[in-house]
Amino acid sequence: MASQLLQAAVLGVLTGGVYALMASGLTLIFGVMRIINVGQGALVILGAYLSFVLFNTWHIDPFLGLLVTMPAMFLIGVVLELVFIRPLKTDRESLSVLVTYALALGIEGVLGFVFTANYRELSVWYDTASVPLFGFRITLVYVFGFALCLAILGALFLVLYRTTFGAAIRATMLNRTAAQLIGIDVEGVSAVAFGIGMATAAAGGAVFGITTAFNPNSHYDLISRLLTVIVLGGLGSLRGAVVAALIMLVTQDVASVIIAPEWSAFVFFVILVAVLLVRPQGLYGVRVRERI
Amino acid sequence: MRRPLLTLFAAFGLILTACGSSSSPTQAGPITIGVSLSLTGDFSSDGKALQQGYDLWAADVNARGGLLGHHVNMKYVDDASSVQQVQTNYQNLITVDRVNLVFGPFSSKLTIPASTVVDRYSYAFPEPAGGGPDVFKRGLRSIFFVQPAAVEDNLVSYTKWILSLSPRPATVAYATEDDPFTQPQVDKAKALLDAAGVTSVYYKTYSSEPIDWTPYAQAVAHSQADVVILGTQLPDALAFVKYFISHQYNPKTIIETTGPDQGADFSGKLGANTEGIMVPAGWTAAATAYGNDTFVSKFIAKFGGKASDISADAAEAYSVGQVVDQAASKANSIENAKLIDALHSGTYNTVQGPMSFDSTGKPQGGVGVYIEQWQGGEPVFAYPSSVAKKPPEYPKPAWH
Repeated sequence: MASQLLQAAVLGVLTGGVYALMASGLTLIFGVMRIINVGQGALVILGAYLSFVLFNTWHIDPFLGLLVTMPAMFLIGVVLELVFIRPLKTDRESLSVLVTYALALGIEGVLGFVFTANYRELSVWYDTASVPLFGFRITLVYVFGFALCLAILGALFLVLYRTTFGAAIRATMLNRTAAQLIGIDVEGVSAVAFGIGMATAAAGGAVFGITTAFNPNSHYDLISRLLTVIVLGGLGSLRGAVVAALIMLVTQDVASVIIAPEWSAFVFFVILVAVLLVRPQGLYGVRVRERI
Repeated sequence: MRRPLLTLFAAFGLILTACGSSSSPTQAGPITIGVSLSLTGDFSSDGKALQQGYDLWAADVNARGGLLGHHVNMKYVDDASSVQQVQTNYQNLITVDRVNLVFGPFSSKLTIPASTVVDRYSYAFPEPAGGGPDVFKRGLRSIFFVQPAAVEDNLVSYTKWILSLSPRPATVAYATEDDPFTQPQVDKAKALLDAAGVTSVYYKTYSSEPIDWTPYAQAVAHSQADVVILGTQLPDALAFVKYFISHQYNPKTIIETTGPDQGADFSGKLGANTEGIMVPAGWTAAATAYGNDTFVSKFIAKFGGKASDISADAAEAYSVGQVVDQAASKANSIENAKLIDALHSGTYNTVQGPMSFDSTGKPQGGVGVYIEQWQGGEPVFAYPSSVAKKPPEYPKPAWH
């Protein structure tokens, strides 16, 4: 039992890293733009399909293919922000939910038209390879996925905390109006943040596509999980998204062993509710006082 | 005064004729057979294999002059593996497209709701893949399951083989989708093995919707059971095996209800690791059943590949056509009511062997469902010895 629990915990940490990567874009976008991008799940699936095309057509490994898919998704993100988000001048927070949901449905429709509703998977050579660890085995793809997440999230933290542009992003996250007043191009920051969010979706999509069979409808389950992660972590907190993703996956995997797999999600939600009762702003969220 | 009345009667007569003409083709004119197939979604690989089987039969029967002289056209509509869509499809096929006959879709999950719609219009519903117990519980007279045995008995041969082994395996782990096709098979196998004293160390059902199967595969692997019995479709069949390979859990024997019978769709993802994996099967390319050698050679000629690439689904769909062909000859009609009467009596020869149907459409007196095992890169009948091409590999070789 102890070995099984340890294995579940390790697997939870590794898969939690992948969810952290996918959720990081969502929370970054919220932090900078104050919008909830409910299309993030669909964009992750779009990323998975881009990796699928590269892999199936040109036999490009999904991890290597990120050199193509991440810049491509970044550009798509910038364009989407310019076309769909920036025109929202009033009631931005509410309208953005509708707009990004419409975006998700549009992406789902296009993917369904091009790829049909068939389930796809990225059958790479290492999806059955494993390495021994503490007396059990860990599938290599999860190790590779976790390493990728560490690299990308590390780079994201470096950009945010060690560069002038990162300071501009953080300033915009703290107070959009004040940032504008001190000369920061918040519109430009928003477009780049949206692009970064899409690039992380591409990376998350590649790993998701290797570990899970997916089709154009897969984004519904995914976005509900990602939203849960950023609510627990605190809306707009990158650190919170990472910690919450780890908590969610470790809790679920361990609960699967101790109780049963079908109860794992319920156990996590009990924890989520308990945390929100004590800290309504989430683990790393900040309470905002608004004048009314 | 009489003229308008006559016109009214004539118009009414035309309407009645139009309403009744769907299953009443003109003398020796072409007919259309409608099928809802899962060409996309969860069951898409099975749906496409069914289409191959139906197409091959239609080509065959047309080459022989048609079904009682009627040239056969097949009309397929995609149900995307959806319970809602399959009902809409059959409703439209019968009332809008006015097809003459309908054949069944894939899986018990879709066949059950579809058969309710089809029965409402008194169409015969021969079907290749809906054999769960619930299919026969509703007392429909129009449905006919064209496989050698009811689905719940699919793993009976396997349990007999397990119990014949010496030394007998000590432990079994079971995991199955909560699907009307897979779960009854696994539950019956468990009841038989429990009664014989083989210890169950793990039993779990999981959602038939695609989920993360890792926790279930992990629990099965951790049980270290000698025998693994899985109630799967193709995606979870692959996921479980991949997990076992990556975690080097090598049970002495493993059987999956569906997946290993999918030919290249299964072997293409697992390569040499298919070796030793079993599946219940009523059909194999090497079987000597009625017309099987012709079916296999024509299949390869039409679709390419080799005999081991042919999905059992295609043979089952082809069998539906064979049964209807013989029933039409027997009834000397392709009217649905007469076909239904004919199918409730007599024995019909198929590439899966001979079969007849009871009052609920359940197959009777068939040759039974055997065990097929992947050996040397192809699926072969391995049990019972009366049909086995090769003896079962036991214990299963280690993963590559």
